[in-house]
Amino acid sequence: MWNYSEKVQEHFFNPRNAGELEEANGVGDVGSLSCGDALRLMLKVDEKTDTILDARFQTFGCGSAIASSSALTEIIKGKTLDEALQVSNQEIADFLDGLPPEKMHCSVMGREALQAAIANYRGEEWHDDHEEGALVCKCFAIDEVMIEDTIRANNLSSVEEVTNYTKAGGGCSACHEGIEDILARVMAERGEVFSAGAANPVAPAKNAASVAADAEAALTQIEMPTPAPEAAVPPAGEGPKLTNLQRIRKIEEVIERARPALQRDRGDIELIDVDGRRVYVKLTGACSGCQMASMTLTGIQQQMMEELKEFVQLVPVSKAPAGMGA
Amino acid sequence: MDTIYLDNNATTQVDPEVVDAMLPYFTEQFGNPSSLHQYGNQVGQALKTARQQVQSLLGAEHDSEILFTSCGTESDSTAILSALKAQPNRREIITSVVEHPAVLALCEYLEKEGYTVHYLEVDGQGRLDLDAYRKLLSDQVAIVSVMWANNETGTLFPVVEMAEMAWEAGVMFHTDAVQAVGKIPMDLKSTKIDMLSLSGHKLHAPKGIGVLYLRRGTRFRPLLRGGHQERGRRAGTENSASIVALGKAAEMAEANLEHENTVVKRLRDKLEAGILEKVNYAFATGDVNNRLPNTSDIAFEYIEGESILLLLNKEGIAASSGSACTSGSLEPSHVMRAMGLPYTAAHGTVRFSLSRYTTEEEIDRVIAVVPGIIEQLRNLSPYWKQGAPVQDAFDPAYA
Repeated sequence: MWNYSEKVQEHFFNPRNAGELEEANGVGDVGSLSCGDALRLMLKVDEKTDTILDARFQTFGCGSAIASSSALTEIIKGKTLDEALQVSNQEIADFLDGLPPEKMHCSVMGREALQAAIANYRGEEWHDDHEEGALVCKCFAIDEVMIEDTIRANNLSSVEEVTNYTKAGGGCSACHEGIEDILARVMAERGEVFSAGAANPVAPAKNAASVAADAEAALTQIEMPTPAPEAAVPPAGEGPKLTNLQRIRKIEEVIERARPALQRDRGDIELIDVDGRRVYVKLTGACSGCQMASMTLTGIQQQMMEELKEFVQLVPVSKAPAGMGA
Repeated sequence: MDTIYLDNNATTQVDPEVVDAMLPYFTEQFGNPSSLHQYGNQVGQALKTARQQVQSLLGAEHDSEILFTSCGTESDSTAILSALKAQPNRREIITSVVEHPAVLALCEYLEKEGYTVHYLEVDGQGRLDLDAYRKLLSDQVAIVSVMWANNETGTLFPVVEMAEMAWEAGVMFHTDAVQAVGKIPMDLKSTKIDMLSLSGHKLHAPKGIGVLYLRRGTRFRPLLRGGHQERGRRAGTENSASIVALGKAAEMAEANLEHENTVVKRLRDKLEAGILEKVNYAFATGDVNNRLPNTSDIAFEYIEGESILLLLNKEGIAASSGSACTSGSLEPSHVMRAMGLPYTAAHGTVRFSLSRYTTEEEIDRVIAVVPGIIEQLRNLSPYWKQGAPVQDAFDPAYA
């Protein structure tokens, strides 16, 4: 049985605002029958103030789907539409004291129903790009479609890269075989053959852990970071020399590329400063304090080294170090 | 509140007599059965008795045809991999789409290794097409592996007949009988079944013990090497306490077969009829005229199985579901999909599986509780309005 929080159980056993809302003027129907969820959200909106006067739901789904629907209606009642649109799926999950990773899609469905209902009230068409595949990485709730899309968009060819871009496989590693299968399939589309042995190496876990540790301690430990194989990171000095401006632009590019994946998890990364081979970044939102931050940083650092063709070290800082003009 | 355990296809409670039988093998009878001294000798005798008890339950010709393993999954893997290694020129496998993952996942892996796997389809009642099966049998096929009884629906496959057909074609036949052993009578010596898997914890023995039946004369390659145990066919020091327990459980299961097919079956039928009488838009899945006596799998349309289980659990009733949400996958069970159940029903299946411990009072209570739970959830469902489905009225933005 799932490890549901007390709050989830409470909202499942005693759902709030369940049933039809006769005088609704905004209705959102979302769901995926194949995965067993369908939700109708009904809103009664004050047409003068755009305030949600009442909200009710009907849900076909599991315990957490019903609890998420119940939570959603409680959260949005009394809010204006613009305020309600700010409600994220994480907020729904937080309201319930968290959902198991496999059940986060229930909170996503809640947010989508809200968008759909508001669009319906405003007379707009609501389109959803939501496509849900089989869950591959259970630690971070990453599905097959997301992994496939990311592999295609970035021409990825190793499990490590997939982990760096999507986080999938970054936890218990039980899904690595599954990710390899997806890689083999998608790489075949572009006429390549996946080989597990040819995977791009990542920095050893020891380095990853210390990167996430206190920045100063890390500085002394990783002066010469990874004994990275030459295939992945040519030794410093090879390749055309970049100007400082080119170098910083490339660093910014790598950071920008990493942001969407982090933002999907309500986190973010910001470039603070570049000092020689040290790149100072700040992790914000859900990323700060995240157990997986070191994994994320290792991945970004690896990409940066590949782009710059030199060793750099990503140093997480909570704020700009004294004396740095950030 | 007393709890009602109706999830015996998942696992069973260990019979107290089985516990009593196994306990000495944790204490004074700690010897290694391979040892020549008296410590080992006594345990060796106990294992022989257990082997004979299992032999008797299965109707095997020789006790040496019983190999003790760690679980049903190990037995399945041993059987299939052995057949492939013993016949390297045969590169095909026949199985069914509704097998347990212990067989399906192995077959999918073997496909990646270059083997060809033929998956037999099932009809809406979960039945196989034997003509299609016959056409697939050839000298390219290393092994047929088909379950005796389906774990979700209880549907029985005609494995005795299928083994005959395989034998005529010169093909090895294995059956995963984890759900069937102890629930229906078996007499393997009168069949052409070459290998059979069973699992102790499905018949009131503890977890961590299983059996592979291996007909004398069947070509075999061990999965585990490194010792002479089980005549060199399964190396590793014997799990003597659990083997003794499984022997005792087998003896009790054999004595219980009549009860299972009379009393338990009647209770199952009463439960199913009682629920279906009071709940509309619900039906029993699988081949209801040809299934295990203890299993009833009911699809409740327009609601989702996990929700039903949570509400049942609150009432102290333990059952299980083929719904996606109970397993962590996003798709309903492969068995329900293979039978072509619509998604609105496939997600709402609940499996009740009884045992010899199930009582009339428990069944009466479940019959009394279930209709209210179904109604409560249907009232939350967008597919339901005032006691009837409104499926057409609800059109999700993505599906």
